[in-house]
Amino acid sequence: MSPLLFLIILPLVAIVLILAGAPARVTSLLATGFNLIWSLLLFFHYDTVIGGWQYLQETRLIPQMGLNFTLGADGLSLTMLLLTTLVSFAAIWVTPKLERSPSLFYCCLLFISAGLAGAFSSLDTFFLYGFHEIALIPVFIMIGTWGSGDRQAAAWKATLYLGAGSFIVLLGIIALYLAAPSSMRSFDFRVMAELSQNEMSHPASWIYLILLVGFGTLVSLFPFHSWAPSTYASAPAPTAMLHAGVLKKFGLYGLIRLALPIFPAAVGRFSTLLLFLLICNILYIGYVTMAQRRLDWTIAYSSVMHMGTIFLGLVAFNILSLSGAALLMFGHGLSIAALFALCGALRSRTETLSYHELGGLAQLFPKASLLFGFGTMASIGLPGFTNFAGEILIFFGATATVIIDQGSLSFMIAIIAALWGVVISAIYMLRAYRAVFFGPLIKAEGWINTKDLSFYEFAPITMLLVVLLITGIFPHLILNLVNTAFR
Amino acid sequence: MNPLFLEYTVVLLGIILLMVEAFLPDLDKKKIALAGIAGLFFVLFLTWMPLHSLSIESAPFYTTDPLALFFKRFMIVMTIITLWMSLDFIPVIQRGIPGERPGAGVGEFFILPIFACASLMWLVSAISFIMLFVSLECMTVVLYISISYLRKDPKTLEAGTKYLILSALTTGFLVYGITWIFGITGTTSIEHLADSIALLPPQSLTPLLFGVGLVLVAFCFKIAAFPFQFWLPDVYQGAPTPITAFLSIASKAAGFVLLLRFLEQLYLIPTLGKKVFAVTTLLAMMTLLFGNLAAMAQTNMKRLLAYSSIAHTGYVLMAVASIGAALALPAIGFYLVAYLAMTSLAFIVLLIVTETSGGNEIYCFQGLHERSPLLAAAMTVAMISLAGLPLSAGFFGKFFIFQVTFQQGHYGLLGVGTISVVAGIYYYLKVIKVMYWKQPSQGSAPITLSKLTTVLISLLIAVILILGIYPTPILMSLQ
Repeated sequence: MSPLLFLIILPLVAIVLILAGAPARVTSLLATGFNLIWSLLLFFHYDTVIGGWQYLQETRLIPQMGLNFTLGADGLSLTMLLLTTLVSFAAIWVTPKLERSPSLFYCCLLFISAGLAGAFSSLDTFFLYGFHEIALIPVFIMIGTWGSGDRQAAAWKATLYLGAGSFIVLLGIIALYLAAPSSMRSFDFRVMAELSQNEMSHPASWIYLILLVGFGTLVSLFPFHSWAPSTYASAPAPTAMLHAGVLKKFGLYGLIRLALPIFPAAVGRFSTLLLFLLICNILYIGYVTMAQRRLDWTIAYSSVMHMGTIFLGLVAFNILSLSGAALLMFGHGLSIAALFALCGALRSRTETLSYHELGGLAQLFPKASLLFGFGTMASIGLPGFTNFAGEILIFFGATATVIIDQGSLSFMIAIIAALWGVVISAIYMLRAYRAVFFGPLIKAEGWINTKDLSFYEFAPITMLLVVLLITGIFPHLILNLVNTAFR
Repeated sequence: MNPLFLEYTVVLLGIILLMVEAFLPDLDKKKIALAGIAGLFFVLFLTWMPLHSLSIESAPFYTTDPLALFFKRFMIVMTIITLWMSLDFIPVIQRGIPGERPGAGVGEFFILPIFACASLMWLVSAISFIMLFVSLECMTVVLYISISYLRKDPKTLEAGTKYLILSALTTGFLVYGITWIFGITGTTSIEHLADSIALLPPQSLTPLLFGVGLVLVAFCFKIAAFPFQFWLPDVYQGAPTPITAFLSIASKAAGFVLLLRFLEQLYLIPTLGKKVFAVTTLLAMMTLLFGNLAAMAQTNMKRLLAYSSIAHTGYVLMAVASIGAALALPAIGFYLVAYLAMTSLAFIVLLIVTETSGGNEIYCFQGLHERSPLLAAAMTVAMISLAGLPLSAGFFGKFFIFQVTFQQGHYGLLGVGTISVVAGIYYYLKVIKVMYWKQPSQGSAPITLSKLTTVLISLLIAVILILGIYPTPILMSLQ
């Protein structure tokens, strides 16, 4: 049996135990804590010399159709799995005391975690898709039940957008499957890639566009991004952490697994289109982010904007840029999760996150201010954090593509836009940091709580930031593994 | 064993229970239902016994091909579920029937579905128009009684009358169509229809098409395809809930078996097949759009399920229109099995919630999670599966259907299907939303379930989840 199966089953077991009456918080902390240790073991146990797919397990379901339940991981999957377990553990740790059905809340978080673990360890596109999709239901329930602001509208918007996006992905997957000759059809993406590389199957390039739209919606690629800000602003902090940090990365992961190896020619042919969209992501969304006047909306929009940089890594399509994209996925996942956790902590104290009602909070909450400062630096991409390593690799990779391509103009514009994006993100993040934490202290009467972060808030956020620093200073920890996937 | 023995056993079971009901008036009516369930389980077991072929006289009417056997089991299982969920319906029956004794009329309510089951089992084996017509009428007569069973409730009577009149009308269409087909081809056999048509001169194809059209109208009425769906929401809403479930699942599945047997023959004649399949594709599109878009606006749970049942007819029709693909038949069979599990689960929860909240509007489901976590979980699973989200039986069902549609290159149909799925996610999640987002309304008490009901609900949840991961056995039994 594959050791990866534990990552999926353990949260499910914890859900059953909680429904049977076990204490919700302790059980889920234990389950996700164990999962974190387990995924770390798997991460360091992976043999980078051999590379390729390890921890394999294949269960035959419908052999006639080539549909199997296959688990396995390479360096990229392991990185994403580590991100999943890290953020799940932190999200459950920072979950505050709830008035309404707390056990349901923990069950939902565990369910998302199980779905993510399944999605990142499945080699069969069918289950890759399926595990991701089931994680949408708990998100829907959580935003609607425990969210803030206009939560019901946000929950609907997110679910319909993501539901439509994943359904388009499904159509793309079926089309890919049917493109192979009928005796060799398989849902295994390794087989799909192999067949098209050996010219056994000839998937039409419009399938690439279908996948791009589908996965793009999941990653909030411009112009399919409008679900993202409202969702993250309304979702309870742990949900936003898991969704923005990990669930959204699934779309990128899917593109790396399916679209790039199967359609190398189409990626090149449609690169101008994708470059245009990602420039919109960086510049247009970047300026929209600058115009935000609330902390949660700023961070939510920033998470949309940063996807543009990762897309640049994908479309540049060489080992340098792809590794950078993977590294940035990891780094962005951790930093955005830390920022959303801090947002949630502030909201539970002040009940407002709008800039003109806040200021000088550093005097009241020095710990929160310190952590937010680190989060800001990480998000901007300052050296020392993983985000910096990822971004710099993407820029190098993209520049390399330009030089080999004899200077494609659209690529150069995209690189310049992405570099400008770093400046934009510095502007809005530092502005946000100043508006909330510095200047004269504005304190309203109605504040619920004026105590600084408790241990249960401080520790998990610190954990996320420490991991960011470690992998930022020693990026080879991740790059060694990720490189095996792109060799 | 003679295959006809299966139906005989079911009829015998019904007659014995009827006698028991007549001669032991003081018997606890629950026992009749339990005996019926046990008897049907026995027949279900018998279907796995080796069956030998039939005598020459009955062979032209009756077949025991895998399709027939598969749907015989389907009908038995659905009848078992109907009886099982009727156990929770006893108080409603007692209120709905004028009678001197408190138990009056309850027993027959459990026995009628058994007779319907026998006629449905004949129906799915029918390969001649005569056999088809007789068993179809047999089932419809039982449904006339069952739908208007709760005589004190005017809504039920309205539903019964509507069904009676419209069903009689379509029976007329069916007979008229059959006579046209017989008049031109000289045969009442469905099995050899293609052979007879192949011998016809080309000028008689137009009148034949007229007959085919009439028969299709009747079938479309049974499966509730647009534009013959107008009877359905009112009848569903008025009928007793277990009968609604039976009508929506068993009767619909039987309609699809007939449609399949009929269209399979027409498909073999290219000139005719093209026209008929163009019509089927159009029907599928219209049904999908109408069912899904109309369902979005519903506020009554029973009507929502009615429109959802129209929508699912549309999905199955997608596969019917792609009948040339190798996997089309298993895809239809699997979809209907998934539909059985998820729809009956939804109806059971609806039945219990209606009982304890005094209504079947969607707002009656408010805060169900806090009143009974199991019921809320069951409804969530049912809705997720109906919406076609992954790792549930409904997802595999849609998956297979979209795959065969893709294979046949019906891209227009695929586009409409995609719109429908997204619309479906909206209205099914609306129910989940009400159960979790909202607090229970004032004065609603926690719901306690009987052991038998808990078992049935857990079984159906398990079936939906297991089929969502391992659909192979159902799929293989039809290949």
